[in-house]
Amino acid sequence: MSAVTVPAVRPSLKRSSASRRRHAANHLALALMVIAFIVTVIPLGLILGYVVVRGMKVMSWSFLTTDIPIVSRAPGGGMGPAVVGTLLITGAAALLAIPLGVLGGIYLHEYGGGSTRARIIRFLSEVMTGVPSIVMGLFIYTTWVLAFGVSGFAGALALACLMLPVIIRTTEEMLRLVPLDQRQSAYALGGRRAGTIVRVVLPAAAPGIISGVLLAIARAAGETAPLLFTILTVNTVNTDLFNGANTALSVQIFRNAQQVFPGPQERAWGAALALIGIVVIFTVIARAVSAVFSRKHHA
Amino acid sequence: MSEPTDPIAPEPLGGHRPPGRVVDGTFRVFAATGGALVLLILAAILITTTRNAWPAFADQGLSFLTSSTWDVVQGTFGTLAFTYGTLVISLIALLIAVPVSLGVALFVTELVPDRARRAVVFVIDLLAAIPSVVFGLWGILVLAPALTGTYTNVADEVSGIPVLGTLLSGDPISGRSFFTAGLILAIMITPIITSITRETFATVPRAQKDGAFALGATRWEMIRGAVFPHSRSGIVAGVLLGFGRAIGETIAVALVIGSSPQITARLFNSGDALSAVIANQFGESTGTYQAALIGMGVLLFALTLVISMIARGVIHRAERRIGTASA
Repeated sequence: MSAVTVPAVRPSLKRSSASRRRHAANHLALALMVIAFIVTVIPLGLILGYVVVRGMKVMSWSFLTTDIPIVSRAPGGGMGPAVVGTLLITGAAALLAIPLGVLGGIYLHEYGGGSTRARIIRFLSEVMTGVPSIVMGLFIYTTWVLAFGVSGFAGALALACLMLPVIIRTTEEMLRLVPLDQRQSAYALGGRRAGTIVRVVLPAAAPGIISGVLLAIARAAGETAPLLFTILTVNTVNTDLFNGANTALSVQIFRNAQQVFPGPQERAWGAALALIGIVVIFTVIARAVSAVFSRKHHA
Repeated sequence: MSEPTDPIAPEPLGGHRPPGRVVDGTFRVFAATGGALVLLILAAILITTTRNAWPAFADQGLSFLTSSTWDVVQGTFGTLAFTYGTLVISLIALLIAVPVSLGVALFVTELVPDRARRAVVFVIDLLAAIPSVVFGLWGILVLAPALTGTYTNVADEVSGIPVLGTLLSGDPISGRSFFTAGLILAIMITPIITSITRETFATVPRAQKDGAFALGATRWEMIRGAVFPHSRSGIVAGVLLGFGRAIGETIAVALVIGSSPQITARLFNSGDALSAVIANQFGESTGTYQAALIGMGVLLFALTLVISMIARGVIHRAERRIGTASA
């Protein structure tokens, strides 16, 4: 009968100091992550809070429809021309950029694939996403404004150039998600390439593309720099997209924020609320569309 | 002309022409045009802006880049002070935004429960959706006045300390300064850096994380041992893209930087930046003056082009190594 030797020293169940240090470091790191998130949310809350509180003081139907005072330091007045200008110019930019961007995305995914030409275009469209918006404004100034003068359309061209690479990218990514068997079915029924893309593949990817396009529109609606010297500014509504100077909410915020008088500052906050309203509406619709899309996808 | 054919597309029958063929070809041409447009626009940007900036380049020579004298009346257009301002505020922005963004990205991928993740990401994306001019409006009317007092206090605290004393010293302290501009930029680029690093963190293989935990690692040790080494290139790419965005950001900077061209180490003083000068002065410019401003646009374009090309290069190399996990 061999005796079982009992260890003389029992292992300590208390945490060693090294272990305590490791856990302290762990807790510190995790706490810092939470703090990082809070630090990011605070400015978001502050900015939205200020825009809503200050903006609501002047916000009314008449603020959104009245002309901008000619004397910029004057109190009162509204942002009517800027609301019209923002909707008109952003709308025109969307009409220009959406068809071209979707076609570009179709080319990259359906025709280009992994070819060198497609890879170059894909790379360049990513690079184009990084072009500063003020440079896009200078580009339209040198190519369009010097030849044809300022107009809402010139601003729309600049915004369209900014939207194009975003829409190309979204379209390509959404087309990639369309299951292969849908294409196979279309081909099996005798569908040709173009017909299959337009009637089968594109509708399947549509919700995702729409969502991406709406986000691109929201971004474009808030752009200021490319509009500064392509549309200049006006105080009355100009519904003619192709002739004469125009204005936009973003441009009005920029001009009025630099004034030291309370009147223009109030108008700037009001315009900011209107602009944030437009941006948020488009963003929320985009989220809703993509949420519906992903639910359908998982089903 | 190697054209990859869709492997499952039906081969056209020999002999007669199927009816849809012309439509197919036309559609293809349209699609290719949409793609080629990107190339055309980028080339056109480069050519037209350079051509219109040429009078200034020819007139000023190399001093356009190396001189810090910007005198519109004398016709001297040196942009060094603006380039300096652009780089300084971008660096301040990165120093603040990079650690915060990494923290937020880790918070989203490692701490937040799956169900709440969508909501947290939505909040961060909302920050990215706020237009630049609204940041500027808040910066000039709320943040800058509020910071003037803080800057004065900080300057008093650190006066006498060798490096900090110079960087954060006073006279003339302004709420509209390099530092305020850097701070606003930091808020603006945080969502970008966060989203790219977050996507990279999400591609870390489950097995590597579980392996670290199985070895007894704490969550933080797992992050340092498994997540960071895997994501190095993603982090670099995110930082570079944030840098590119900071350099090109215009309106918010134009409102809060104070518009005073000077090269100084005092971060609480007013300064100016390339993009801000273009936005603030273009309207009143003509002739060589305007050419010089367009030239600054070319400079800005070149800077962001180089940075974003490096960043995309890093991403593509990483994607090829990881596979297509992050697509």
